[in-house]
Amino acid sequence: MSRYIPNTEKQQKDMLDVLALASVEELFADIPKDVRLERKLDLPDAMSEMELITHMQKLASKNGNLNEYACFLGAGAYDHYIPSVVGHILSRQEFYTAYTPYQPEISQGVLQAIFEYQTMICELTGMDAANASMYDGASALAEAVVMACQATRRKEVLVYKTVHPETRAVLHTYARFNGSKIIEVDYKDGSADLKALEEKISSDTAAVVIQSPNFFGAIEALGEIGERAHQKKALLIVSADPISLGILKSPGELGADIVVGEGQSLGNAISFGGPYLGFFATTQRLVRKMPGRVVGETTDQNGSRGFVLTLQTREQHIRREKATSNICSNQALNALAATVYLTALGKQGLKQAAMLCMQKAHYAYEELIKTGQFTACFSAPFFKEFAVRSRRPVEALNRELLKEKIIGGYALGKTYCELKDSWLLAVTEKRTKEEIDRLVERVGNGETGIGGGTV
Amino acid sequence: MKEKKLIFELSQPGRRGDALPQCDVPEQDINRLIPQDYIRESEPQLPEVSEVDAVRHFTALSQRNHGVDSGFYPLGSCTMKYNPKVNEDIARFDGFSKVHPYQQEEMVQGCLELLYRTDKMLSEITGMARISLQPAAGAHGEMTGLMIMRAYHEQRGEGQRTKIIIPDSAHGTNPASAVMAGFDVIEVTSDERGGVDLESLKAAMNEEVAGLMLTNPNTLGLFDENIVEIANIVHEAGGLLYYDGANANAIMGISRPGDMGFDIVHLNLHKTFSTPHGGGGPGSGPVGVKEELVPFLPVPVVEDKGGTYFQDYDRPLSVGRVKSFYGNFGVIVKAYAYIMSMGAEGLRNASETAVLNANYIMNELKNDYLLPYDRLCMHEFVLSAQKQKDHFGVSAWDIAKNLLDGGYHPPTIYFPLIVKEAMMIEPTETESKETLDGFIEKMKHIAQEAAKDPEKVKGAPYHTVIGRLDEVKAARTPVLKWERLG
Repeated sequence: MSRYIPNTEKQQKDMLDVLALASVEELFADIPKDVRLERKLDLPDAMSEMELITHMQKLASKNGNLNEYACFLGAGAYDHYIPSVVGHILSRQEFYTAYTPYQPEISQGVLQAIFEYQTMICELTGMDAANASMYDGASALAEAVVMACQATRRKEVLVYKTVHPETRAVLHTYARFNGSKIIEVDYKDGSADLKALEEKISSDTAAVVIQSPNFFGAIEALGEIGERAHQKKALLIVSADPISLGILKSPGELGADIVVGEGQSLGNAISFGGPYLGFFATTQRLVRKMPGRVVGETTDQNGSRGFVLTLQTREQHIRREKATSNICSNQALNALAATVYLTALGKQGLKQAAMLCMQKAHYAYEELIKTGQFTACFSAPFFKEFAVRSRRPVEALNRELLKEKIIGGYALGKTYCELKDSWLLAVTEKRTKEEIDRLVERVGNGETGIGGGTV
Repeated sequence: MKEKKLIFELSQPGRRGDALPQCDVPEQDINRLIPQDYIRESEPQLPEVSEVDAVRHFTALSQRNHGVDSGFYPLGSCTMKYNPKVNEDIARFDGFSKVHPYQQEEMVQGCLELLYRTDKMLSEITGMARISLQPAAGAHGEMTGLMIMRAYHEQRGEGQRTKIIIPDSAHGTNPASAVMAGFDVIEVTSDERGGVDLESLKAAMNEEVAGLMLTNPNTLGLFDENIVEIANIVHEAGGLLYYDGANANAIMGISRPGDMGFDIVHLNLHKTFSTPHGGGGPGSGPVGVKEELVPFLPVPVVEDKGGTYFQDYDRPLSVGRVKSFYGNFGVIVKAYAYIMSMGAEGLRNASETAVLNANYIMNELKNDYLLPYDRLCMHEFVLSAQKQKDHFGVSAWDIAKNLLDGGYHPPTIYFPLIVKEAMMIEPTETESKETLDGFIEKMKHIAQEAAKDPEKVKGAPYHTVIGRLDEVKAARTPVLKWERLG
């Protein structure tokens, strides 16, 4: 017997006797002989718990991790500080071993936590209603685009090229199959180009999609873009960085109809790209078009307040092929992490985190420029991430920095061929002055250290 | 029956927890850095509580929740098996949880090796050629698999295949995912033994049909004995077979979807491979395909070049990306650890035990409740409360609420749609005979009570933290966030 199977052989025998069967084999009589596997699966031998830990430690040790390296890499996944309390709450089995709260009487914990999460997301984004979370920022945006097409009964969606390249890739995949059309719009000086938008927007436009701060870190002029969208009766969809919303005006105030974003920054481990959560919020007017699970407040027969999954008539288990989306789960535990994180930081703490990011990012930026080895890439205001043009190949800089136990920035040339010499650096509140100075020192001297990319 | 205050209602202006340090770089005036009209005028109304307030609040919330560790959770089709603790520890290793997805490949060889090996092992378990670990959940995997199916037909110049056949017993996600992938849905009925009706299937097949989506064992917990013939009918008409792996916990090491004739498979790592459900996520929904369909898998795919692993993006026929980065990596780590713990025999043993446990409960309860399909079941089965409903006015809903009072999570109810007053019971292999006997006894007791004192049964639950909630009110006048009074 394997270690997670409690019944003894005797108990199994007793159960077979009750069923009047001679062997377990007989239970599988319905499976035709020719589709049976007549051999053992070809898998590694089972490991004891002790062996497993050793094996997994060995695998894990083949990776460089952010405890060993100071990370200036962002580009959609960020090394923010996670207060200790977050991990402790997530480790409570009642949360992590439960499933979707189908039975509200024994699921008030998850339901109330999600209700609190929805409230916090509305506060951050300035929107009326939020769902219980989605797979990640990219798929949340893809769902927002589907929703915009349904709500406007239009098929074309304008997406700025300053939206995360992987997110745009996901939008293209969804659109290829659902019959909508993604049209990319150029940027200018690292920000949304209004003129390019005006040339492409029409009465067929369902939505304009913009990210702020955008992939280059620049804060976008959402209000102006929203006006252009609304003039054509298109929706404004904004993908936002939730930490930035501690100090930046909310997209809701600036006219957004749907606000989504990658919620990893809110207390979720960076974990090689997942699991994260996508947050999703919209206006009162569009709430019944919103995809995903939603928790609502109600009362029991005694008038006590309680929470349930609600607006379920939008959903697949009732509407099947007519549902607003195929989504039937959320990222509940990741949303819980976000809720505990925002509680632990609180009103002042989130603002402080945002301020620290902004101050440190600007310090790093100015120090890099001072070295003379870098020039400004763009002129727009930025939050925690910025792009600089480098005299030397950025891949070489990154290799050199690894020796200093520093993970450098993202080479923008990977996804923007016009930005071959540009380096995207993220500076969170976790980066100390000492780490920033060390980075600047290592890459700021044109003469020493870098062997022209041969390292 | 006590309400629990919301975190916002515990807030005291000015109270805070202090996790972050002072600024150690020279500070500048914020208005120098960002134009004033970009800056918020009022702060988001987040709670202002101390750390101890926060911990007590969320601890109290957790105590209002039932998890697998709290007690038996026979929620059909969800495979609520035990989630091994060691896998939680492993996923939190710094070398997994503190790795940035864009670190250079030479710095993440351990992650890539793990993804590659998980692909290989899941391919072996399902009889597929390759697996993509990118989809984040079962429904996401369904959508991705169907996109692959569509791309395959288009590539062969058969873009007219725009219809998907789905049995009436299928999960609701199947038709919804088909629509997301751009298909129209044709529903076929089930036969009197609960399987696909072969005549209906034959009649539905034509050159507009891209394929059939099937769960096998199906949502009645029954293995479709005609699977070979079904596969032939679909393949001969030029279609592909899609395997919804929601019920894969019945077949590990016993029969493989690939050998049954399926071309595309999705698995739910949070069901079959023991990763925790997280209160509704994160899950993971890998998609596997046969050799011919490998070029269509999402990008990137991890490849092994002489012991060095890399992400292959150069795949011109790929459907593209369905998610950022490489899937729910932290979940995949736990599933990998699970397979390594179980080995081939352990997995087979898990499926055999899951099936034995289900048959045992079914056999013990079939005289107390209606059993609409009286034959051997696989890892789950469906009972009906129709008798109780007709004679005493006691519904599946009421029975579920009585189970709450017994400390049990109820079965899935009112699904599948083809059984009235359905109660779908899936015990999994990680439950002992003692637990099963306790549940059987409780179910028998409820059946007796329903006959003796139906009003009492209809009044349940009596011992939960809150009574039956008014769901109609919640939907009619939605309150989806907390509003500060005054």
